[in-house]
Amino acid sequence: MALYKLQINGKTYEADVDADTPLLWVLRDNLGLVGTKYGCGIAQCGACTVHLNGRAVRSCVLPVSAVGSAKVTTIEGLSENGDHPVQLAWDEVDVPQCGYCQAGQIMTAAALLAENPNPTPAQIDNAMQGNICRCGTYHRIREAVQLASSKLK
Amino acid sequence: MEMTIKTNRRDFLKIASAAGGGLLLGFYWNEAGASVIESVTEGALAEGEVTFNSYLTISPDNIVTIFSPNPELGQNIKTTFPMIVADELDADWSKVKVVQAALDTEKYDRQVTGGSGAIPHSWDRLRQAGATARHMLVEAAAKRLGVPASELSTDNGFVIHKKSGKKLSYGELAADASKITPPQDVKLKERSEFKLIGKCVRNVDNFEMITGKPLYGLDVYRDGMLVGMIQRPPSFGTKIKSVDVAAAKVMPGIVDVVTFKNNVAVVGKSTWQVMKARKALRIEYEPDGNIESSTDHDRLLKELLDSKEAEVKRKDGDVDAAFASAATKIVREYQCPFLAHAPMEPMNFFAHVREDGVELIGPTQTPNSARTQVAEMLGIPPEKVTLQLTRLGGGFGRRLKTDFALEAAELSSIVKAPIKLIWTREDDMQGGSYRPAVRYRFEAALDARGNLIGYKLRGVGINSGNTTREHNFPSGAVDNVLIETIEHQSPITTGAWRAPITNFLAFAEQSFLDEVALAAKKDPVQFRLELLERAKQRPVGQLGYDADRMIGVIKLVAEKSGWGKKRDVAQGFSVYFSHRSYVAQVAEVAMKNNQPTLQKIYAAADCGIVVNESGARQQVVGGIVDGLGHALYGNLTFKNGEAEQKNFDTYRLIRMKEVPEVEVHFVDNGISPTGLGEPALPPTGGAVANAFFKATGKRLYRQPFMQQPEMEGVRLDQRM
Ligand code: FES
Ligand code: FES
Repeated sequence: MALYKLQINGKTYEADVDADTPLLWVLRDNLGLVGTKYGCGIAQCGACTVHLNGRAVRSCVLPVSAVGSAKVTTIEGLSENGDHPVQLAWDEVDVPQCGYCQAGQIMTAAALLAENPNPTPAQIDNAMQGNICRCGTYHRIREAVQLASSKLK
Repeated sequence: MEMTIKTNRRDFLKIASAAGGGLLLGFYWNEAGASVIESVTEGALAEGEVTFNSYLTISPDNIVTIFSPNPELGQNIKTTFPMIVADELDADWSKVKVVQAALDTEKYDRQVTGGSGAIPHSWDRLRQAGATARHMLVEAAAKRLGVPASELSTDNGFVIHKKSGKKLSYGELAADASKITPPQDVKLKERSEFKLIGKCVRNVDNFEMITGKPLYGLDVYRDGMLVGMIQRPPSFGTKIKSVDVAAAKVMPGIVDVVTFKNNVAVVGKSTWQVMKARKALRIEYEPDGNIESSTDHDRLLKELLDSKEAEVKRKDGDVDAAFASAATKIVREYQCPFLAHAPMEPMNFFAHVREDGVELIGPTQTPNSARTQVAEMLGIPPEKVTLQLTRLGGGFGRRLKTDFALEAAELSSIVKAPIKLIWTREDDMQGGSYRPAVRYRFEAALDARGNLIGYKLRGVGINSGNTTREHNFPSGAVDNVLIETIEHQSPITTGAWRAPITNFLAFAEQSFLDEVALAAKKDPVQFRLELLERAKQRPVGQLGYDADRMIGVIKLVAEKSGWGKKRDVAQGFSVYFSHRSYVAQVAEVAMKNNQPTLQKIYAAADCGIVVNESGARQQVVGGIVDGLGHALYGNLTFKNGEAEQKNFDTYRLIRMKEVPEVEVHFVDNGISPTGLGEPALPPTGGAVANAFFKATGKRLYRQPFMQQPEMEGVRLDQRM
């Protein structure tokens, strides 16, 4: 066990955990940030997506010891009041079914739009291809990403 | 009958931010004593809040709280149920607060999610609940204003007296109204009077879901709670021979390692520590029954199709004579593999077994069975067990089973601590309760004019129960019918998988009928319409479906898809009735750069009145994506009793690039609503396979399609 100082959602947290603990479990078990979800644990489903210095990463395979001073953003920190353009679009399009995958979908979409505010449909599909939605909300996800993109203009 | 909402949201976030903007200390929930799921428990109502019935309370500030009793797994029941109550109540939807009710068998009937049955079961009950309260509010207003109730109307949370221009809010009237004896017989709205029903209403949990609030079973954290994981036998048909827990027991964070039944459970302070320690277990297994592989199943299913004995499910006329006199006979076989349910949220449950009772919290489709079985296992009366429902991160039938709740309770009783039992994704895929592998043989006899005079279906399945739906179409439309089923018993456990049996049977049947239509030299849509006309005019035996409603969806989808009128695309047709609803689909395959590409699916659904249009469309589109994804990719195989696919790297699910455009239409007939959680799934495989045949001349007889040689060169990427 070792003490890690983490920059998450603009705050500094400390966690006393094993070096190989994936960031996902530190967020959930140690810091109470349960919005980041466990779906597969092997970087295949995207449910655990967070931002590391603005880039979408799979927190289930990111050891806490590798985070260092990088800035982590989780779904809880994407916006103060749930009003990030991607979140608003998700509500407007009424995307979620069970909802379990949606935090990961939103984080992937937000990272895409931060980098490319005007993605083509092919770019959207490419960026979202790593996020599984078992309920099959893909059409509305596409629509919501496009709506969020238009909100950014 | 007092009821209240006690918010137990001692949320981590609040605790964490209470420390201010500076350095926040990480902590274990054990120290923080956090519990993060809102709960409904017995106790006092909020100041001035009054109860009208099991479904609703109204408070003086005009907040209408509606309790939604059924498990929510994405079928949108938590939004749909309250909409029905609120509509009859004439409530102001913006002032409605929806609360997930805990299990309460006295207040609610059928707190179950399964079989697309919630809406047909509760439609009248929910309307009565809203209408009764509305009636009481009107009565109270009549007394207060001294006018006859007949002069009063209601709208958006107010009782209105038009003549005097006076209006009273529900909040002002609630206390008086709740004292009025509820009417026995209350008039329900005409369909034209609905204000919410039929509209697009957004999911009531959207905000919580898109901001990452704790909602799901895995998000439950309690004071003193430990995490438990179980090592189950990796192969079906084996049992524990020896266990060496020494290495695991001394690993950091591990509190206990216990063995019960065929389980070795590791209990510890954090998920990761428990995961790691579980890998350090040394367990030997020995055979305990048949050890089966998929190659055995392939052989077995074929052999059993020729078995002398089968259970006859339906027999009309004389099939032997019909086949003997046939001008044309067609025989085809279809096979599907096992499938895992793979809901996004892996199985989990919280249990705290104490001296004075048991607390259960978690995601289950059958809370009452979970409670009853836990009580039985522990030898205590069911009243001693409370069960609080969380939102379910998907179910697809997997959470109809109670195994994970029982495991959690048993483990908690052994280690005498509150336990959150967690399954990993690998546990879930290896853990059983699969969609059974099934093989069908269909036979059709046509006379010289192309009339279907004989029809045989025999299905064999592995732990499948009845592999047929004997009273479904085309039964009733053919004079001579024989439908039989055979089951092979296996240690590989199966369970209800979204649209049980019909999720594959529909593909097989609708692919077969496409071939039969072709042999009869008839258009596939026309062929089915003729059969349905026959079933209407001169039905043979029992009909499990309504021919007119099936005709309705067929005609609607044919019209919307321009069936038979398009030159540049190959269309495939399919229709299926399941779970009381009717869905017809047309899939379109086009050639792009010389490659056949699935580009669109049209659907027409008849579920009677559409309650929430947004949710209903989601269910149809989601069902189609589910049906398509599993028809294309779904494959769970076994080697020596062990599942060969353990996670999403080898168990392929459909992803965004592979979903074609989907266009949904509903039949508008005003009939009482039926469910939509399942019925859109079964027709998809058939429509898609029939469209690929049109485009390529190749038929598909096995799922998953993408592993068949016929699909070589087919592309699914919509954007290439
Ligand atoms: S849980 Fe990390 S990608 Fe699936
Ligand atoms: S909404 Fe259920 S997994 Fe995506």
